Amino acid sequence: MSVELGNTVSLNRTKIHKNSLKSRILKHKYLYILILPGIIWALVFCYAPIYGLYMAFINYIPESNFFQSFIRSEFVGLDWFKFFFQTGDFLRILRNTLATSVLTLVISFPAPIILALVLNECRALIFKRMVQTVSYLPHFISWVITANIFLTMMSSGGVINQLLMSMGLTKEPIMFFQDGKLFWLLLAIANTWKGMGYSSIIYLAAITSINDELYAAASIDGANRWQRMIYITLPSIMPTAAVMLVLSVGGLLNAGFEQQLLMGNPTILEYSDVIDTYSYRYGFGSGMYSYGAAVGLFKSLVNFILLMVTNFIVTKIRGRTLL
Amino acid sequence: MSGFTDSIAGKKRKSSIQIGSLIYDGVICFILLLVLIACFYPFWYILILSLNDATDSLKGGLFLFPRVFTIDSYISVVNNGEFLHAAWISLARTVIGTLYSLFFTTLLAYGMSKKDLVGAKAISVFFIITMYFGGGLIPYYMVLKAIGLIDTFWVYIIPGAISVYNMILIRIYIESLPAEMEESAKLDGANEITILFRIIIPLCMPVLATVCLFFAVGQWNSWFDTNLYTYSKKLKTLQFLLVQILNNYDLGSMQSQAELLAKATERKTTSSDSVRMATTMVATLPIILVYPFLQKYFVKGIMIGAVKS
Repeated sequence: MSVELGNTVSLNRTKIHKNSLKSRILKHKYLYILILPGIIWALVFCYAPIYGLYMAFINYIPESNFFQSFIRSEFVGLDWFKFFFQTGDFLRILRNTLATSVLTLVISFPAPIILALVLNECRALIFKRMVQTVSYLPHFISWVITANIFLTMMSSGGVINQLLMSMGLTKEPIMFFQDGKLFWLLLAIANTWKGMGYSSIIYLAAITSINDELYAAASIDGANRWQRMIYITLPSIMPTAAVMLVLSVGGLLNAGFEQQLLMGNPTILEYSDVIDTYSYRYGFGSGMYSYGAAVGLFKSLVNFILLMVTNFIVTKIRGRTLL
Repeated sequence: MSGFTDSIAGKKRKSSIQIGSLIYDGVICFILLLVLIACFYPFWYILILSLNDATDSLKGGLFLFPRVFTIDSYISVVNNGEFLHAAWISLARTVIGTLYSLFFTTLLAYGMSKKDLVGAKAISVFFIITMYFGGGLIPYYMVLKAIGLIDTFWVYIIPGAISVYNMILIRIYIESLPAEMEESAKLDGANEITILFRIIIPLCMPVLATVCLFFAVGQWNSWFDTNLYTYSKKLKTLQFLLVQILNNYDLGSMQSQAELLAKATERKTTSSDSVRMATTMVATLPIILVYPFLQKYFVKGIMIGAVKS
């Protein structure tokens, strides 16, 4: 920038260059004032908790003063992490986390793609717009309400069981909330229900950028609508789909939190407990603050590594970085 | 002769294409209808349960319309002082929190939109790190406690000042604005703060509407902060009230129909179940009402986000 400046005002070139840093900072002093609240916010609410992760390496015992108890607590190194891996909990939590997020991925990854393709094929425009509007709605509904809806519809006397029974698919009502493995499936369905319409927006955006000439050429070659969808539309949104897939693989450890807290119950804790709920339960429920923080830190680190790998792959796909 | 058969074959092919296309349209519409039902019916189901007599609901068979229509559950919800107070808190945090977050996030977005700012790159990284790495719930709680936000109304507001994702949305929009207007204002001697409020913000209305929606929905739907960061009854929000009702709900799945029926007839009045439905409906309603008007904005918003991130 200083070079550009120097070129345009070549007479004062050396003078400007000498003062450039100071004058450039002063020139934008108001911008720094605008940024300042944001910086303070990030320091207090993002970086201070990161510093607080030191908790994971001490045996934190809360006293009246936060900082005092920080200093007085005994340093235990990696003991909490060792404890986490040595208890049988680790494998169980990992199983639940991966089962939930992989099942979710399997259902919720293709669903918005199919929805976008079908929406794109729909020629009744008013109907299409109606479906779009309604399909985004679950995204804006809180998990509290979603949990309420699912618990009601899937209870023993709920509409789903009544439907299944009247169709003769089952004699006894299915206890969706009593069977851990069914609960994984239930979470996957709930996640998909909530996110499908909203995620389809990205694919619809990708579809609108497809060149019309491709379709025209295909029609001349005698391709019908199905063939045009399969051989033109679908391949055209594949790069977007690849990015979305890689991103969701990067978030595999984010298997949900509110969902389990709201829809789970003690009988299936063995299956519903994922890494976030586990950390929360120990941290706040049992008062093992340091242990909870250690589990949280472990997750953050793995997540961060996954993200870096993900970013690397996406960069390869798209030719530019994600971050 | 051959020309004649050709034209017949051509006609046949044409009509078969038309039939094929019709079937195709039918299948497409059928799939979309299923999606429509899957996304809409759950809300409808809750609505009819909330409008049906509670004891009657337990007999089952309610699918499309209420059988014994009553608004008792709504009356008992509205007459509940605790509910009204919670609704008031929810509304207050939504309005105050949204304006507050919108203000600070916009300030930051404008400040970050100038590439020739000294340290712009470093500041940008400083904020992006917060999106991908955090301290987690427990250290965060300790920080809130240390600065005295625990169990105050401001715990709903102050920590939400900035959303880095929304900041990026606004910044991208500002960067796409023509630079000339700003330049001319600068020549007239206006500083950046004046420019932001007089020129940039009026031009940014579409993206600000999107972000406003995101903030408002987030505030309205939030329950976990109430659960963890507040103890006082007077700070409980509508969503949290619903969580409590949900926790008291015995999971219909765990009890037999007969047990439930016996319980409900004993109580005679509106059962907790229909109150739960009515509360759910009331908590959902603001979003259903507001959102069709804002739909075009958020679609645009997510497109901006998708293109850039």
